[in-house]
Amino acid sequence: MDSFYKFSARFAELSKPQRTQSREISIDACGIIRDPLGCSKYFLFYSSVIVISMKNWRNDAYAKVTGKTKFTDDLKFANLLHAVPVYSDYVHAEILSINTAAAAQSDGVVRVITAKDIPGSNRHGQIVRDLRILADDRIRYNGDVVAIIVAETRDQAIRATALVKVDARELPSLLDPEKALEPDAPLIHEDLGTNVINTHKVRRGDVDAGFRDSDLILEQKFETQFVEHAYMETEASVCQQRPDGVMEVYGSMQHPFSTRRFVSRFLGVALSEVEVLGTPLGGGFGGKDDTAAIVCARTALASKLTGRPVKMMYKRIWSMRESYKRHPYRVYYKMGVSKNGIIRAVQTKIIADGGAYCSVTPWVTWRSTVQCCGPYVVDNVHCDTIGVYTNNVFTGAMRGFGSPQMNFVIEQMVEMAAEKLGMSPIEFRRRNMVRQGSVTITGQKLDNHAVAMEQVLDAVMKEIRYDEKIGQSSYGAVDKDEWYGIGLAMSYRGVSLGAEGVDLCAAIINVQADGSVILEVGVHENGQGSESAMMLLLAEELGIDVERIRYRRSSTSTIPDSGTTVASRGTIMGGGALKMAARELKAKIGAVIAPIVGGTPEQLRYEKNAIVGTSSSIAFDAAMAEMFNAKVFPHGFGIYQAPKVSWDDEHGRGDAYFTWVYGCQAIELTVNRTTGKVKLLNAVAAHDVGKAINPGMAEGQFFGGMAMGIGYALHEEVIMKDGRIVNTNFNTYRIPRSMDMPEMKAIIVENNDTTTPTGAKSLGEPTNELMAPAIANALYHATGERRFVLPMRVGKKEARGVE
Amino acid sequence: MKLKVNGREYTVDGAALEKRLIDYLRDDLDLTGAKNACDIGACGACTVLLNNEPTKICPRYVKELEGASIVTIEGLASADGTLHPLQQAFVDAGAIQCGFCTPGMVLTAHALHQQIINAIEAAAPFYQHKKE
Repeated sequence: MDSFYKFSARFAELSKPQRTQSREISIDACGIIRDPLGCSKYFLFYSSVIVISMKNWRNDAYAKVTGKTKFTDDLKFANLLHAVPVYSDYVHAEILSINTAAAAQSDGVVRVITAKDIPGSNRHGQIVRDLRILADDRIRYNGDVVAIIVAETRDQAIRATALVKVDARELPSLLDPEKALEPDAPLIHEDLGTNVINTHKVRRGDVDAGFRDSDLILEQKFETQFVEHAYMETEASVCQQRPDGVMEVYGSMQHPFSTRRFVSRFLGVALSEVEVLGTPLGGGFGGKDDTAAIVCARTALASKLTGRPVKMMYKRIWSMRESYKRHPYRVYYKMGVSKNGIIRAVQTKIIADGGAYCSVTPWVTWRSTVQCCGPYVVDNVHCDTIGVYTNNVFTGAMRGFGSPQMNFVIEQMVEMAAEKLGMSPIEFRRRNMVRQGSVTITGQKLDNHAVAMEQVLDAVMKEIRYDEKIGQSSYGAVDKDEWYGIGLAMSYRGVSLGAEGVDLCAAIINVQADGSVILEVGVHENGQGSESAMMLLLAEELGIDVERIRYRRSSTSTIPDSGTTVASRGTIMGGGALKMAARELKAKIGAVIAPIVGGTPEQLRYEKNAIVGTSSSIAFDAAMAEMFNAKVFPHGFGIYQAPKVSWDDEHGRGDAYFTWVYGCQAIELTVNRTTGKVKLLNAVAAHDVGKAINPGMAEGQFFGGMAMGIGYALHEEVIMKDGRIVNTNFNTYRIPRSMDMPEMKAIIVENNDTTTPTGAKSLGEPTNELMAPAIANALYHATGERRFVLPMRVGKKEARGVE
Repeated sequence: MKLKVNGREYTVDGAALEKRLIDYLRDDLDLTGAKNACDIGACGACTVLLNNEPTKICPRYVKELEGASIVTIEGLASADGTLHPLQQAFVDAGAIQCGFCTPGMVLTAHALHQQIINAIEAAAPFYQHKKE
């Protein structure tokens, strides 16, 4: 009864009305601030400045729990039209004609748009311009859009879609990447002359010699699946042309600048003629790039052609059908090891299904290539990676970006090798893992940051008590109804874009005469809390309360192109730019305020809402009034460029990334012997994040990444039948639910990274790339069987198919 | 027909009767906290309290709901803007990321909370009796 009463007392307390009260905080001896509302605050120490970071603080929390946040589909415009896409049933076909006459006559329809209405270019792509925003010559996959219907209401537009008639000559469809590579395979893009999207390689040492020197050689083939991002908000856009001719674009996107390039090119106008406004985003996970930009471009064209504001809001079934997915990989992996447990050689061939369009396949597969041996030192490596066009749904960026597939392979290979040698897989890892000063397989020396591989491994093993529990594993014991297993996996990961792209970011700090501050940074709030992180960083820089700062969600017309908020680069790049902007701002402030408070500009301290000199101090707001009196605007603009990286494509080597992150995750599970049901019990993750700017939000990245990793491991698969996606909604495409989740523990390891201005590094993706191999190893320890295909099916579920 | 939304009574007629409830709330009443994310009542982003029950409303039509009482996320906080304790708990726990389906989660949690309170209240005399 005791627990019942405790339970009721807790809920009774929760149901009491609580007044928002002013927060009096006290600081205790160990530096933790006690807050009466229980929202604990922590001190963070870095750059010799003491800062206050409020755990869980977010600038958008109130709006989000009250439903006030306006996502794209929540925006209202007078005289609004609605646009919807039209698909054809074809998978691969040459278009002969598209008849829109009947649709155009349908009730409420204002306009039907096809490729011939495009004023600009229909060829798009971030790397290869092979993507058609509206199908013109061919249909290359089942999600190609042949027309757009614009009507007074969405229902009217949807009704008219059935009236569009596509006359086409069906072509054989290539659905297997290895078949698409055969010499006589038909070409999906005839003008490119090949079905190969890209190749990458790593050549290190002499693999033949390495295998000769090996005492044991293992070879295994692995296969992974198409995965949907499953952002809760589908693609959406609202566009309207301003009286000055500028096309205003609102939309659900991760990449306003990327979207602007698509829209301006599609409309045939200058970049300055398109203003993409950052809009609250209902999830992205890498998926709101190309597809999101395409939806915005179509909407913009519809608005331009009708002269009215237009909204396009995707149904889930369209989103799942058309949007790009995570790449399915086929990996042939051969590893040679010596008796004493040293990896002597790795040879691997990686085949990635790029689907109908290139998207960012070359970048995704480049990361897989650079990280093809996991966090292990291997002297002899021969890796060939190939991205291939098929008539499947196209594939592109998704959280992890080429690493989840490879980690699933590597972290099983090392355990298989260790077991064959009769060695503990942990000891095997310790003998081969990267350490301070190690040289990676591409020849990069890891000496400019803390190599924390062993630190995170030890942290996880200690927390989950791995050594104690591994012996309890069942290995498919016939005398047990329920099998128990524990497993872990670890990785290192190159931070930000690496040698795959241009890494620049801008920030603007605009202080007002009353001491309030407007902040703008060129990274996009994807829901991860980047705005809040930037505000906390600025509050610390200026020694002011975060409440004084307002984040201005930037538009493409107010800040330089800062690249895309991808590759777990937001905090690093945005934080770097913010530091640069603060430096410029402080130089201006110093020139005016130092003479007033004494000392040189460099001697000024910014703390407790004041600026302190050698003789006196001045309140921050009074100081800003002084700035305006002196006719010096307290305004800072900063650009941060990521440290130099290099890549030699010909020889497959280089300093691929300017710094690396280290992570380890472990999980305990049980398997019901009769039903095959897997129950996840307990998961622990440790990641070296450099510095947690907002510890609460950082934990959120852990839990979200692990949840997605669980879906990847056990639940999720886009099922294709003859090139058409079968499961296009959440009743058939099953993402993990709260009841599927284990207990989770996040261990934030902080080794202040000297290569980044804020000391922080990546977290969003590293947390997503380890659950599948950890579960694979745990399943092996439970069942005694290895699984080389994702998602992993156990027992009755072994057969692929919809659950 | 009559429909009560967040304590206020609305008379619905004409074309609005033929609408789905999610569209009526979002388009006609501008209550955009509930989202239509899957169209089939699978994901829960459209959850509102329908006669105190957390309900995925995207497949439901207005005309089926004569006399119903609905609470949306916009109706949970006090009129002066003070958050309901459950909303405050979401804020304090950092249980917010993109926030798109947070309204559905808050309302589902709220309904569970109410169920537990009701169960406790219903059971209280029994336990009181036992204690004596």
